[in-house]
Amino acid sequence: MTDLTKLSLAGALDGLRSRSFSSVELTQAFIDAIEASNDTLNAYVVKTPEKALEMAAASDKRIASGAAGALEGAPLGVKDLYCTKGVRTTACSNILGEFTPTYESTVTQQLWDRGAVMLGKLNMDEFAMGSSNETSRFGPPANPWRRSGSNQTLTPGGSSGGSAAAVASDLCLGATASDTGGSIRQPAAFTGTVGIKPTYGRASRYGMVAFASSLDQAGPIAKTVEDSAILLEAMCGHDAKDSTSLPEPVPNWRDAVHRGVEGMRIGIPKEYRVDGMPDEIEALWSQGVEWLKAQGAEIVDVSLPHTKYALPAYYIVAPAEASSNLARYDGMRYGARVSGDNLVNTYEGTRSAGFGQEVQRRLMIGTYVLSSGYYDAYYLRAQKVRTKILNDFQNAFESCDALLTPTCPSAAFAYGEKAGDPVQMYLNDIFTVTANLAGLPGISVPAALDGQGLPLGLQVIGKALDEEACFRVGGALEQAAGFVAKPDKWW
Amino acid sequence: MTERPTYTLTGETGDWELVMGLEVHAQVSSEAKLFSGASTAFGADPNCNVSLVDAAMPGMLPVINRKCVEQAVRTGLGLKAKINKWSRFDRKNYFYPDLPQGYQISQFEFPIVGEGEIEVDVEPAHGDPAYSFPVRIERLHLEQDAGKSIHDMAPDATYVDLNRSGVALMEIVSKPDVRTPLEAAAYVKKLKSIVVALGTCDGDMEKGNLRADVNVSVCRRGAYEKFRETGDFSHLGTRCEIKNMNSFRFIQQAIEYEARRQIEIIESGGTVDQETRLFDPNKGETRSMRSKEDAHDYRYFPDPDLLPLEITDLFIENIRDSLPELPDEKRARFEKDYGLSRYDAGVLTADAERAEFFEAVAHGRDAKLAANWVSQELFGYLNREDLELADSPVSAVELGELIDLISDGTISGKIAKDVFARMIDGEGAPGAIVEKHGLKQVTDTGAIEAIVDKIIAENPEQAASVKEKPKAMGWFVGQVMKESGGKANPQAVNQILRQKLGL
Repeated sequence: MTDLTKLSLAGALDGLRSRSFSSVELTQAFIDAIEASNDTLNAYVVKTPEKALEMAAASDKRIASGAAGALEGAPLGVKDLYCTKGVRTTACSNILGEFTPTYESTVTQQLWDRGAVMLGKLNMDEFAMGSSNETSRFGPPANPWRRSGSNQTLTPGGSSGGSAAAVASDLCLGATASDTGGSIRQPAAFTGTVGIKPTYGRASRYGMVAFASSLDQAGPIAKTVEDSAILLEAMCGHDAKDSTSLPEPVPNWRDAVHRGVEGMRIGIPKEYRVDGMPDEIEALWSQGVEWLKAQGAEIVDVSLPHTKYALPAYYIVAPAEASSNLARYDGMRYGARVSGDNLVNTYEGTRSAGFGQEVQRRLMIGTYVLSSGYYDAYYLRAQKVRTKILNDFQNAFESCDALLTPTCPSAAFAYGEKAGDPVQMYLNDIFTVTANLAGLPGISVPAALDGQGLPLGLQVIGKALDEEACFRVGGALEQAAGFVAKPDKWW
Repeated sequence: MTERPTYTLTGETGDWELVMGLEVHAQVSSEAKLFSGASTAFGADPNCNVSLVDAAMPGMLPVINRKCVEQAVRTGLGLKAKINKWSRFDRKNYFYPDLPQGYQISQFEFPIVGEGEIEVDVEPAHGDPAYSFPVRIERLHLEQDAGKSIHDMAPDATYVDLNRSGVALMEIVSKPDVRTPLEAAAYVKKLKSIVVALGTCDGDMEKGNLRADVNVSVCRRGAYEKFRETGDFSHLGTRCEIKNMNSFRFIQQAIEYEARRQIEIIESGGTVDQETRLFDPNKGETRSMRSKEDAHDYRYFPDPDLLPLEITDLFIENIRDSLPELPDEKRARFEKDYGLSRYDAGVLTADAERAEFFEAVAHGRDAKLAANWVSQELFGYLNREDLELADSPVSAVELGELIDLISDGTISGKIAKDVFARMIDGEGAPGAIVEKHGLKQVTDTGAIEAIVDKIIAENPEQAASVKEKPKAMGWFVGQVMKESGGKANPQAVNQILRQKLGL
């Protein structure tokens, strides 16, 4: 029998539907794989094998009775940011202790409603703050990819590092992730997987532990562009429980994946050609241009003049919102508490012990930029920059249908390589934060291996609500690149 | 209308005037909270009306309750204020155990209601007649209430009840247009009567559903007028904010104490610190809660979980069309329809239930007589006994019946007071009381004539001298009334006496 865990989501759904194998068999294969390798990879921080088998058995019944949902029987992993009823949810932070929600996030509920099976909760940077997954309370997950001839463990990126590592190492068919400044796309690029962040408001934030409300968006990490379309369709849709959720119908994105790019105009933003970007990434970008041209797309040079202000603006807006969003973790009602001899000491003890260093850094930055006397100079100005960036995109989209950029300025790096310098770490997000600031959809597609054998990704940014363009261009790039490489199994 | 009196406090160095602006928090009447579906019912067991949103569980998001928006707009219209079709919710950040989110969702920069104005009526007091004056409303905004910290349940712990957490409040901010303690109380009374009439707040101050913060400062004569001309606050003294008062009496006491305190500080060469103070009703004092230096930096910023609140003209007009008659409109109608004085009409319309009671009594009757009986006799009694109208021992129907007995001459006004006292004592309907105690007015001239004849016969000297001393006529009236047990019709007595005495 073939290794079921190597299947794509689309392939597995076909196999389940044609009764080539059962969901219980498929799920058991993943449970076994997780058992065998999670100690090494550390992708899962909570494993739910019993629940998974229960859900799988129910799926098998529904398949047998002809009542299968869109994801019926498909075992998935869930980023620990999503509240899952009865399953510990901590956003990989000590401050949440053993917090176990009594409720389910809208996005995961929609997955279960369509028949998906939950394998467990996936590792992430604490409160999604990080680009390397090093800030997790449970320690970092390992990227299944390593540099050729090296045993050094690399980061799968962050903050959705566990999701990316699990998908890349076949520990699930696909995973939920979330993206505030690139947390879906960068890990996807680092692990040779596909990740898409939809338009802000496409997916409900209800039940997602908030990092920065105006930037956070749910999305999947998957093995193929088609798989990502299947998952995104299931995750999106209007939700009255999230005031920022868009009352828009969910299109059939899966069909868009193979529609091609004939006649599309693809913009190449010159400002994304940054100093110090490796030649290989530069070359891959050019290669992407050639691939799309060859498939009938028109290439247009465009300008996004305020790009250089995006990262500073992001690192004001996101911490500002976080400083307020994370105020609820005060040790009073749930999670961990360190009791002091008075209220202030209890607050200080709880939050000092409960939050890691990076979270504390961002909370302090956020508190500072919102303070009286600094608000105008930082937060208000950053919001103005945000408007400028959105205007840049709108202007660019006058002459093109989608933008093509690299996903990241580098391939996966090793743990510790950037941990000492927060600014170096923040620079990882340079190509991805713009889409968050403007609320636009962005997909990362694996396109090549670099000279050291590590995957590199290309990013496609679409107009608001035009995920279809991302899937069309993403599908075309995937096809042209023919990226089928998998990491050599060392774990 | 009487002119607004000047209120001064005399210090060691001269006279001082007061300037006050008020912030009134009115709990919105709504089934559910401002951003969650949890019930707002009062009196539930602790932490039973708490949704996941109210407890700020991870990943929970606020969703605006349309009813609360409607109520805020309704109140704005009642305050004759500008309704802002675009407003925004901001977060006011601070840590406290009864504030689960770590921030209060409020409206900082762009409130839902802008400037308005109300006319405030001041009752006669300290020998001054009744008067009214305008108070400009600065704004009204929606915000969440916090939970309740209970410090006295255990010696070493504080308990928190989140039932109130997230309940919608309207904060109504006035401009500094209030000049006396009595005016401050009258302003809150007027606001209360408006929100109660509108049905947007139940006005229950004991439950804390309506409470006031008062900003008090003192200044020298003329300074306030300069401030009003220029809008420059530097003409006014440093203000202190007295928080969270839920009785008209406390509001007045607190202001009086606070003004004296400030005057003493200034006159002894000190300066008033801008601070937040609490009124202690037991001691009748205000005490410092936190100074300006300790003031929180609330780090206001737009709540990214909520979209700006946009409302349409249609939404506003639909609410405008459904507005009930407001106290001022009702008063004007009472003045016109019932021929009442402004003051009497004001007393009767200050409270919708009382106005309704009056109208029930006055219907088809002499309105002035009805007004007297309702506001002097019945409300006077209720006020003395500290009773609500709902607890009145006399119904509108019964009071109307009593007035009918006066109007048709069955009893005199004097006897009616006796009957009214018996009604209060629970003796039943006025007709039955009159019957039972034989209080019917004697209008039978034969019977009166017999008494008159008897009195004249018994007092020949007075009868003889009455022509020279017409004032003695009154003595005869009194004697006849006494003899009749007060039941003789006074007009008939007068008439017959004059006739018999040859006057």
